[in-house]
Amino acid sequence: MLTNGGSSQNGVVYDVKGLNLWYGNDQALKDINLKIEENEVTAIIGPSGCGKSTFIKTLNRMVDNIPIVRTSGKIFYHGVNIFDKTVKLEELRTTVGMVFQKPNPFPKSIFENVVYGPKIHGIRNKKQLMEIAEESLKSAALWDEVKDRLHDNAYGLSGGQQQRLCIARSLAIQPDVLLMDEPTSALDPIATNRIEELIDELKNNYTIAIVTHSMQQAARISDKTAFFLMGELIEFSDTKKIFTTPEDKRTEDYITGRFG
Amino acid sequence: MNKAVNVRDIIKKNIKSKKNKTEKIMPNIFLLSASISILTTIGILVTLIIDSYKFFAEVPVKEIFSINLAPLSKNPSFGILPLINGTIITSLIAMCVAVPVGLTAAMYLSEFASEKSRKTLKPIMEVLAGIPTIVYGFFAYSFVTPLLMRLIPSLEAKNALSPGIVMGIMIIPLVASLSEDAMSSVPNSMREGALALGSTKLEVTLKVVVPAAISGIIASFVLAISRAIGETMIVTIASGSSKTLTFDITQSMQTMTAYIVEFTSGDAGIGTGYYSLYAVGLILFLFTLLMNLIAQYISHKYREEY
Repeated sequence: MLTNGGSSQNGVVYDVKGLNLWYGNDQALKDINLKIEENEVTAIIGPSGCGKSTFIKTLNRMVDNIPIVRTSGKIFYHGVNIFDKTVKLEELRTTVGMVFQKPNPFPKSIFENVVYGPKIHGIRNKKQLMEIAEESLKSAALWDEVKDRLHDNAYGLSGGQQQRLCIARSLAIQPDVLLMDEPTSALDPIATNRIEELIDELKNNYTIAIVTHSMQQAARISDKTAFFLMGELIEFSDTKKIFTTPEDKRTEDYITGRFG
Repeated sequence: MNKAVNVRDIIKKNIKSKKNKTEKIMPNIFLLSASISILTTIGILVTLIIDSYKFFAEVPVKEIFSINLAPLSKNPSFGILPLINGTIITSLIAMCVAVPVGLTAAMYLSEFASEKSRKTLKPIMEVLAGIPTIVYGFFAYSFVTPLLMRLIPSLEAKNALSPGIVMGIMIIPLVASLSEDAMSSVPNSMREGALALGSTKLEVTLKVVVPAAISGIIASFVLAISRAIGETMIVTIASGSSKTLTFDITQSMQTMTAYIVEFTSGDAGIGTGYYSLYAVGLILFLFTLLMNLIAQYISHKYREEY
């Protein structure tokens, strides 16, 4: 049901329509409308507390883990409303991977981290698991650094390597979409650079939505940019346009550093 | 500059009157408090060793490690194996109850219960740990044993099964509470990581949280064993004082602790029988010491780094 084709519109992966979200009585997202297209990098920028992280966590319904969250509106993922009762959350999350702000590998070996997803979804064959691990680690540009110590604890890796391991872990279940919530905010500039290069490669095969605090990062890596402010989507268009000729005064003020 | 209160002047005046003596004496008082428990432990250990030395000097090693325990007969014999057997079997039965129930209770409290029900349930469960053990003993003898007799007609009035089960019930809160602490301290980011890969809540619990908390969980098991080994009242009341070596849990067995109770309450008199108490006490001490060392070793060695 949650796969490519079928009733989905061509090229559109996510079609968000009139999304509202409340934490208790505080409205964190106000009437968001936006489309995320296939094999593009969509950057979501905005000052702290503008709802950008909340928004991205709604796309795989991770916000459901917070008991006081309420939503209204629709998010079509390949034509299916993810708030529909028939949608299985676990299934949605296998096709939409997520990378978090702080690297969060499991306290297991590098290998066990990568094959965690495939394993819980029923792959037992050792040879297959090894192939998956190699492929995923290669896609995450980590293979050469860890191939000789696959069975060492993941926490022996540097922060940047841990984050790429988390990316590899997401890739191992072959998702369509990667959601990234400020994936480089805990990393140094060199590790950040590597992740950005990686995102550039990954977009050939995956649709990527990335929340970022850094406007330079958004400008460097994304095709489309969405600017959020106080729960509202102020402007959404081609990255180039947002950073050269923004339509809204607030967008211009933000990207030129007048606030935020 | 005029300020409402001249703080600098007040500080200047008061800083000199701070007594250097108090500063020096107080830490020593603190040290003394800290030493009390250490000194007591050493004192107990010395007493145990001295008095059991008298026992070991009189009784040949071969006799100690035999199955004949008859301290009050005309030809007394001090084989300690029936007591060790009784202790191990009752403790094992207790663990069979406490480990599965305690661990699953911990999983529920840490991973599934809402904040509200966790805050209500955990203190209630911990009350169970505060019930005096004599009450548990009485409960085992007058309630659990008759109940079990309906299922197992051959069950003796004093048996190892019933106090074993009740000891297990008694240490459930210990296992549950310590395991829950270990599981709750697993960072939420790990749960999120697993959920984002399409894990169900149960998978997150069993494949991520429990493995990450395993050192704390195992440490709770070992502490529970040491608690069961040292438990006295329940086994004294409900397990009786049979000194025959048996593996039949429907029969009476005496544990090391129950032996000490029996003989300190009057029967021992003076002589080898009296000193045998210290020998048993020493062995019991070594057992629990070993368990605590294992618990410490495990929590260090298997501490998952995150």
